[in-house]
Amino acid sequence: MNKRETILMKGADAIGEAAVRAGCSCYFGYPITPQNEIPEYMSRRMDEVGRVFLQGESEIASINMVLGAAAAGVRAMTSSSSPGISLKQEGLSFLAAMELPAVIININRGGPGLGNIAPSQGDYYQATRGGGHGDYRMPVYAPATIQELYDFTMESFDVADIYRTPVMILGDGMMGQLVEPIIVHEREEIDLPPKDYILNGAQERPSRIIKSLILDTREMEEHNWKLKRKYDLMRTLLPRYEEFMTDDAKLVIIAYGTAARIAKGAVKRVRSNGLKVGLFRPITVWPFPDEAVLSLTKKSKVFLVFEMSTGQMVDDVRLAVSGRVDCEFYGRPGGIIPSPQEISRIIERYWMQKEL
Amino acid sequence: MLQKTIMSGIGGQGILFSGLCLAWGAMLEGHYVTYLPSYGAEMRGGVTSCTIAISDEEIASPVASSPDYLVVMDNESLRRLQNQSASGGEIFINTSIVKDRPVRGDIDLVEIPVNDLAKKTVGEQYANMVMLGAFVSKTHQIKVSSIIDNIEIILGKSKMRFKDKNIEALQVGYDFFAKEM
Repeated sequence: MNKRETILMKGADAIGEAAVRAGCSCYFGYPITPQNEIPEYMSRRMDEVGRVFLQGESEIASINMVLGAAAAGVRAMTSSSSPGISLKQEGLSFLAAMELPAVIININRGGPGLGNIAPSQGDYYQATRGGGHGDYRMPVYAPATIQELYDFTMESFDVADIYRTPVMILGDGMMGQLVEPIIVHEREEIDLPPKDYILNGAQERPSRIIKSLILDTREMEEHNWKLKRKYDLMRTLLPRYEEFMTDDAKLVIIAYGTAARIAKGAVKRVRSNGLKVGLFRPITVWPFPDEAVLSLTKKSKVFLVFEMSTGQMVDDVRLAVSGRVDCEFYGRPGGIIPSPQEISRIIERYWMQKEL
Repeated sequence: MLQKTIMSGIGGQGILFSGLCLAWGAMLEGHYVTYLPSYGAEMRGGVTSCTIAISDEEIASPVASSPDYLVVMDNESLRRLQNQSASGGEIFINTSIVKDRPVRGDIDLVEIPVNDLAKKTVGEQYANMVMLGAFVSKTHQIKVSSIIDNIEIILGKSKMRFKDKNIEALQVGYDFFAKEM
């Protein structure tokens, strides 16, 4: 590590700083643990750079302020944790329908209901299946380090603008609180499509309308197919993943976010005992890197999915492998962070059982 | 090698800051490091702790189920955390405040009256930094100079006026064992 460039930063602050440097003009939010450090950071930082920080009267108000800001053509972000993200779902559906760019941070906590404030991965379905109504999809990034939290928050503003879509960063209570060394860098300028849809005063141009009400069924169908073509493009271009020691692996553990870093520790442990085990980590959970998972079935015959939930991503893995390999599951829901030792014991158990 | 430390005290004793200094020092020496704070809703008074993991390779879990080192600034922290400590680990006790002692025999006790030391020298509010100085000199996890040389970065602009006192307090703690030897 180059010690000059690195600083220690808390996950929540890294999200805020990345947003500021990505040119986020408006932050709207409503407090909820364990992500309160994000609005706290933004309240100070947005003021420093002369931009908008506003604490809405509710989560619903905040997401719709984001929608308004996006319609006006500026970069906007909101953040919350599980119960608050549930409240924002209507806004997400409207953003998707109106094809407006926005960045939404979910610092996942234990649930359902109010649950608790500990780290959890129980919101996977909601994030990847669209917690809002209607036929839409949304890119979802699942960072596993604070550096990734910074990088993907920054990048998600570009992804949102390129595809005119809401983008979610799916973290968890630990990612929000954790302090790690990171390199804070500026955003790389890239060519973005012109914002020819925004409402900035119809002077010397015809008026524009941004709406999601399309009563004509044929027109609505065409809108749905248009969105579908966009989602297909995302499925081709956006999937991202990390493979760790999978080349000769007989068993592959599949995990994302916090669970993946624990799994990586477990893989190192069992490797030191000679077990040929690897890790596959989806970085985008929608679009799911299913082709990469499928190609792993050529080498490895047993997949073990590990999540800090009762099992949600395991569905995507099973869809991807379509019965070609055994797909086992281990989960710790409710806010428990298992140790790498625990996961290595589970790996060893399957290693014995499957006679690898 | 991976070493995990839990530092714990009452909110207001400054233990989160001590832990953060340790993490900064370790990072600036080129180690991998994670720092995970844990605190209740109270601004002051509740038990608050942080876990610092220092390693020469990527750190899988920032959580310590059995920490190698435990630093306790108050009695409640000792009561809560002593069973977690790794066998053969060390517990650093602030004897000015902590009256109990661990019941376990498989851990090394390091007793330092940090509040008394601080009161006699820099002022009691710097007891956390006295503890950190003593901790670093005993464990050699990092060099104390890694903190002192970079104290301006760690403190940030808003707390710059406390720079000299913090350095002095670190030195007081550091010298506690130096004198003993």
